[in-house]
Amino acid sequence: MSNPDPISVFRTEAAELLEQIESGLLDLTRSLDDRDQIDAVFRGLHTLKGSGAMFGFDALAAFTHHCETAFDRVRKGDVPATHELVSAVLSAQDHMRALLETPNGDHDAMSTSLLDNLHRAVNGAGSPAPVAVAATAAAPVKEDAGGMREWRIRFRLPANAMANGTNPLGLLDEMRDLGDCKIVADISQVPDLATLEPRDMHLGWDVALKTDRPRADIEDVFIFVMDDMELEIAEIAGEKPAAAPKPVETPAAKAVVVAEREAPAIQAANDSKQNKSAENVRVPAERLDEMMDRVGELVIAQSRLTQLAGTAADLGLRSVSEEIERLSGELRDTMMVLRMMPVASLFSRFRRLVHDLSRETGKEIELITEGETTEVDKTVIDRLADPLVHLVRNSIDHGLEKPEERLAAGKEAKGQVILSAHQTGGEVIITIKDDGRGINRERVRAKAESSGIIQPGATLTDQDLLQLIFQPGFSTAQAVTNLSGRGVGMDVVKKTVEALRGTIDIVSKPGEGSTVSLRIPLTLAIIEGLLVRVGQGCYVIPLSAVEECLELSLEDDLRSRGRSFISLRDSLVPFLRLRELFRTGTEPDQHQKVVVISTGSERVGLVVDQIIGDHQTVIKSMSKLHHDVVTFSGATILGDGSVALILDVTHLIAVGQHQEAQLRAAG
Amino acid sequence: MSEAARKLDYETIWGGEEELSVLTFNLNGETFAIEAIVVQEILDLLPETHVPGSKSFVSSVINFRGKVIPLADIRLAFGMDATETTIDSRIVVIELDLDDEATLIGLRTDKVNEVTTLPKLASEPPPSVGMRWRADYINCLVKRGGEFIIVPNLHAIFSSKRDRTGAAQVPN
Repeated sequence: MSNPDPISVFRTEAAELLEQIESGLLDLTRSLDDRDQIDAVFRGLHTLKGSGAMFGFDALAAFTHHCETAFDRVRKGDVPATHELVSAVLSAQDHMRALLETPNGDHDAMSTSLLDNLHRAVNGAGSPAPVAVAATAAAPVKEDAGGMREWRIRFRLPANAMANGTNPLGLLDEMRDLGDCKIVADISQVPDLATLEPRDMHLGWDVALKTDRPRADIEDVFIFVMDDMELEIAEIAGEKPAAAPKPVETPAAKAVVVAEREAPAIQAANDSKQNKSAENVRVPAERLDEMMDRVGELVIAQSRLTQLAGTAADLGLRSVSEEIERLSGELRDTMMVLRMMPVASLFSRFRRLVHDLSRETGKEIELITEGETTEVDKTVIDRLADPLVHLVRNSIDHGLEKPEERLAAGKEAKGQVILSAHQTGGEVIITIKDDGRGINRERVRAKAESSGIIQPGATLTDQDLLQLIFQPGFSTAQAVTNLSGRGVGMDVVKKTVEALRGTIDIVSKPGEGSTVSLRIPLTLAIIEGLLVRVGQGCYVIPLSAVEECLELSLEDDLRSRGRSFISLRDSLVPFLRLRELFRTGTEPDQHQKVVVISTGSERVGLVVDQIIGDHQTVIKSMSKLHHDVVTFSGATILGDGSVALILDVTHLIAVGQHQEAQLRAAG
Repeated sequence: MSEAARKLDYETIWGGEEELSVLTFNLNGETFAIEAIVVQEILDLLPETHVPGSKSFVSSVINFRGKVIPLADIRLAFGMDATETTIDSRIVVIELDLDDEATLIGLRTDKVNEVTTLPKLASEPPPSVGMRWRADYINCLVKRGGEFIIVPNLHAIFSSKRDRTGAAQVPN
């Protein structure tokens, strides 16, 4: 671990770069002339190419180079950014991922076709000449030396130039004499072999020249052929090509000033960005977990120290113990924050998804994201990615209508999907809202009946009916599309969310759209719990599920021997005696308490012997050997070092419902 | 477990070596030995937390350095009776690969004896008949002095129990 494999480090880094590039490209689709984004994409491509080559991903480096070149030209203002170009680079970027995964695979055909697209996109923008590679191009060269200036020279000789005795190589040599130059041949106008006239001149050149000589000297190179050739000489760094085949004496002084003023500004911006990224440290997640464990142990040891100090008369010991208590508490809070990440990293991937889906389905979709700065535990983010993809796909595939249908229904042609996150207490609520057609109840019912999930004609509340879509094997899509409708969906989504100790709710209005809300605890590592005692053992009930606590009066206790119900504000709530469920074999306490827990609409009371208090604690998972015990979702370590088990609320509610059903059946 | 698989386990534990380094301990008067390499630590008894609803031979958990690990009593897996703890009782913490995942397990023992080496020559696979205990839970018997040392097949003990209930796990 201390010596990570450089290749895998590169892969991680490259994956991040690709993500950055993608998000930049997607931003560009919204505002094509956003200079910052163009620069960001270019920088990303440039870094990817550089480090790719360094780590031996030659195919990747070579391929990326072309995209970089294209963007370099956009950046310099040679060609405008267009939707075609952005799309071409987006698909090229997928290919880069493939090159990254399997550097030795056969990607040539794909590469070529993508590059063709790219070149078309650049050409379509009305600029001359995609470039065939020659030099490793184009990190922006910032000039610092006094008179040094950089020129871009494009020239093309007439077809009969060689017949007239002009030697282009001589021209190139003369330019090399002027200063440091990079020369790239433009072969875009070379015809097919069949029609190639070997004595004609088909090539053009693109030269980046760094020199301290004045413009006139460059023009002198071409003095003998200038009359009927195409020649562009432009100063790089901001100024547009002067597009002047004839010498113009003006730009000199002023242009230089502007260019020099611009350059340091850009440089400064770059510097600040680099500094910002250098502030982040990449740490393997397991190291964080290890540290978390240590901190957990420290907190436990500290609470023992506090107990000891409390009984000792030594004032000095007490003050040290209080100091340590404060420090370890702070340390734990800091530790928690370390694992938090903004959901922006989760949401950003959906922009791409929506972009692609919009093309595939022919629906116009606008994705709005809100609350991206909400922070959630990294594990939660990782585990939520797939369910969210599924939900967003569902919204788009099943929910949103085609533009013509929307117009007919009096809506805007463009459908909306709103993805939002916000924090309430110890939970984050993520909602996926669309303004589509809503869930079709008849179809849900028909489908559920035909697949035997419910009896034909069964009476169900609207909410129950909607919940049916979370049943395994349920899918209403009439045609299986590429996106959804394979019936592997919503039940898996629900399971994943529940495994994260979260809940999922769905609200849908016909014709107006659906909203799916996920409530997920902010972190999997820590839990706010209610500590209770049952028999000799201590148990933790997640506080998020606790509705209220009340005393189980003796008469309620006696009366409920036959039926385990208490009436709570005019509704009957089934309850479970944990003492019996856990077979503690102890006598009940005199004043038993009922803790009412709920998930959404279902409620169950749990009878415990004593409520000890609330307790914030680090969650430890149970080992594999106890995976068969579904009543507990985990364990935690109490202040005295002993272990308390955490109750699995969903499971207990299921047990309660089962009991209720049995009682009803028994009449 | 088939006869062939048992042979394989038997060969694996010796790994082509002529000697095996083990930790020996007592359970109900019998001497058991487990590979020294899987032993992590030997602990005095710790407060245990009973897990209601779990299988009897892993009925509780303990706090092992901030980790919650199961405490197993392999006596019960072998069908022996549980006994009262004594002043010599210890917990042996072992690490096993279950489903390619390193799992820490505490083993309850009556007394821990020593780390020693067992020669392969003196060992033999468990006989298929004439055993009081399930033969597939035993890797081999090693004769030493006048007694047999039992080398339990820990993987069989812990994973067969797991397989039976594996379907209950939530797929992720």
